[in-house]
Amino acid sequence: MKKSVLLGTLTVAGMAAAGASAATLEDVQARGSLNCGVTTGVPGFAEPDADGVWQGFDVAVCRAVAAAVLGDSDAVTFVPTTGKTRFTALASGEIDMLARNTTWTFSRDTDLKFDFVGVNYYDGQGFMVPTDLGVSSATELDGATVCIQTGTTTELNLADYFRVNGMSYEPVPIETGAEAVQQFLAGACDVYTTDRSALAAQRAGFESPDSYMLLPEVVSKEPLGPLVRHGDSEWADIVRWTLNALISAEELGITAGNVEEMAAAAGDNPEINRILGTEGELGSMIGLEADWAKNAIAAVGNYGEIFDQNIGDSTAIGLARGLNAQYTDGGLIYSPPFR
Amino acid sequence: MTTITDPHRAEGFRVSQLINDTRYRSYTFQFIALVCLFLAFGWLINNAINNPVLQEVGIDFGYLQAPAGYDINQQPIPYTSQDTHLRASIIGAINTLIVAFLSIVTATIFGVIAGVLRLSNNWIISKLMAVYVEIFRNIPVLIWIIIIFTVAANTFPPISEFRLPRDGSDPDRTLLLGMFAATNQGVFIPRLTFGGMGWIIAATFIASVAGVFGWRAYARKELYEKGRELPVLLPALGILFLPVIVVNLVLGGPMGLENPEMGRFRFEGGFLLRPSLIALWFALSIYTGAFIAENVRAGILAISKGQTEAAAALGLRPGRIMSLVVLPQALRVIIPPLISQYLNITKNTSLAIAVGYMDLTGTLGGITLNQTGRALECIMLLMLFYLTFSLAISAIMNVYNRSVMLKER
Repeated sequence: MKKSVLLGTLTVAGMAAAGASAATLEDVQARGSLNCGVTTGVPGFAEPDADGVWQGFDVAVCRAVAAAVLGDSDAVTFVPTTGKTRFTALASGEIDMLARNTTWTFSRDTDLKFDFVGVNYYDGQGFMVPTDLGVSSATELDGATVCIQTGTTTELNLADYFRVNGMSYEPVPIETGAEAVQQFLAGACDVYTTDRSALAAQRAGFESPDSYMLLPEVVSKEPLGPLVRHGDSEWADIVRWTLNALISAEELGITAGNVEEMAAAAGDNPEINRILGTEGELGSMIGLEADWAKNAIAAVGNYGEIFDQNIGDSTAIGLARGLNAQYTDGGLIYSPPFR
Repeated sequence: MTTITDPHRAEGFRVSQLINDTRYRSYTFQFIALVCLFLAFGWLINNAINNPVLQEVGIDFGYLQAPAGYDINQQPIPYTSQDTHLRASIIGAINTLIVAFLSIVTATIFGVIAGVLRLSNNWIISKLMAVYVEIFRNIPVLIWIIIIFTVAANTFPPISEFRLPRDGSDPDRTLLLGMFAATNQGVFIPRLTFGGMGWIIAATFIASVAGVFGWRAYARKELYEKGRELPVLLPALGILFLPVIVVNLVLGGPMGLENPEMGRFRFEGGFLLRPSLIALWFALSIYTGAFIAENVRAGILAISKGQTEAAAALGLRPGRIMSLVVLPQALRVIIPPLISQYLNITKNTSLAIAVGYMDLTGTLGGITLNQTGRALECIMLLMLFYLTFSLAISAIMNVYNRSVMLKER
């Protein structure tokens, strides 16, 4: 009896060790669904719609990866994470990837042992104030009360900005963006600061958006992008090149509408052929089917389509492309070649 | 007969006795349980050692010396964002102690009042107290904290009504008595300021406190030895405040009140009770007060009615019966469960993050953990702090408990 207990313990320990080191791709395929960490709700970026289906700019990245890996953009389990829980969730393996307005920083990439696979939104931290506060620049905010989401880079940028400008402020740390907005609307703080994209998104959801304004200052660089754990480069490659496929698709004119037609047979443009799998072996190089990128684009559209549907000019959020235009249009969105 | 029960029989020890013989059975099961426990811990430790992330990152407390980079609103000791994570953690720890201490004091007051009044002969008062106890102890404290915080943010007058309008007209609201303002950004109150000679006043005050205890001891000695009853309350108040006032006058009034004054956005100067502190303090007090009320009621009911009747027969007034006969005996029943309520308050302060009160869980276990990613180290330090603090409270309260315990002579 004693022997069997010992053997059982060893088996369990061995399985646990194996589980920790197995490749993420195999885990996802065996599970049949992708565990993707998102926010607890930012309009336009990640939020469940009226039917409880997650929609948004970051959600589209999750769906594209699921479509590329599993051939089904609905095979995603969305895990809402807060600014505090997101890294633990990723490091512990609870989620396979994180697509949650997360800023790419040196220490997160190195010290926290994550791999940022690219940038899907170039953002910067801004300030939102009620118009009747009578402030037109962030330099006039000396002595103001500022709501911040705790555990984010915005907290550190805020401290640096006020210190460098020799101003004082009263920080009101708040756990989630939704609660911060409530406090801001109740007047418990004069200023709400976070990434400008999120500010615009939240403001669009206010009862009277015109009573609030964004101040012109952008106090930080916030390149937001999906990230995965250190140590599984194959999985990082899959997420990275899925994102690049969406970006290249916009550049090359592949859309959700014409992707099936273009993928039916090899066309004139060799790069389109390589992306869509009608030429070359790119899919098998990252351990996926030849039509991986076609599935991703067919499911969510190209980068420009995702942007326009979720946060673009035609939506309530109304963000301009700005830095997030293709490099050919003067923006920073640029994919390495598919070759 | 003796040969049957003789344990030193020639057959010796058989393995089946481990299960069948009551003399050994309990040892067998305890040994199995112990082995299982060791295996379970061994499995956890083995997992931790083999964890690839942990192997790569290791355990390192060096991050405590790095600059924190974030600001903290409630600073009992000076702090800037350039100070270290260690100092930020210490501020968090002090904030934890502040709210725990305030809550323990008010919860005890609420609890004792509610517990005594629940036994009142007045039907309305006793039922009101019953309603208080049942409502507050049956709803989770986290909900109370959030309710009070939300109510405070939405019902207190907005601070914008206190601001000086830019066209030079009078603001909608002004300071109450020129000193107080309850706003949705917190309650502003005056602050005591000490000039250069402040330490003399502080020393005088401490001496006065000692004086009060001295007077109490003297009054008791007079009562027991000579049967002379001396007044306690009025002289005590006099001893407490008169010397401070006199010293302040002699030194030329270095002690003063600093009133809050409206700045560009909010009141500058004075002292700010933040909504997060108010919500946490009040919620913990009324919630735990409800439990303490039940402890007090149990303690009083444990004293036989004969004690009260005997004291009344001796001619003691009802107030004296309570303070001299019933409560001293009831304390023996009340104190032990009261200790665990104090420990509960201390541990429940870690819910502070719900309202953004920067306690130890908010600084060390929140922002520091998140910005450095040193989860294991931060959590271990957190556990160490709460364990130390809880054990300290237990130790102090046990000393007090021993002093009120039944002394058998």
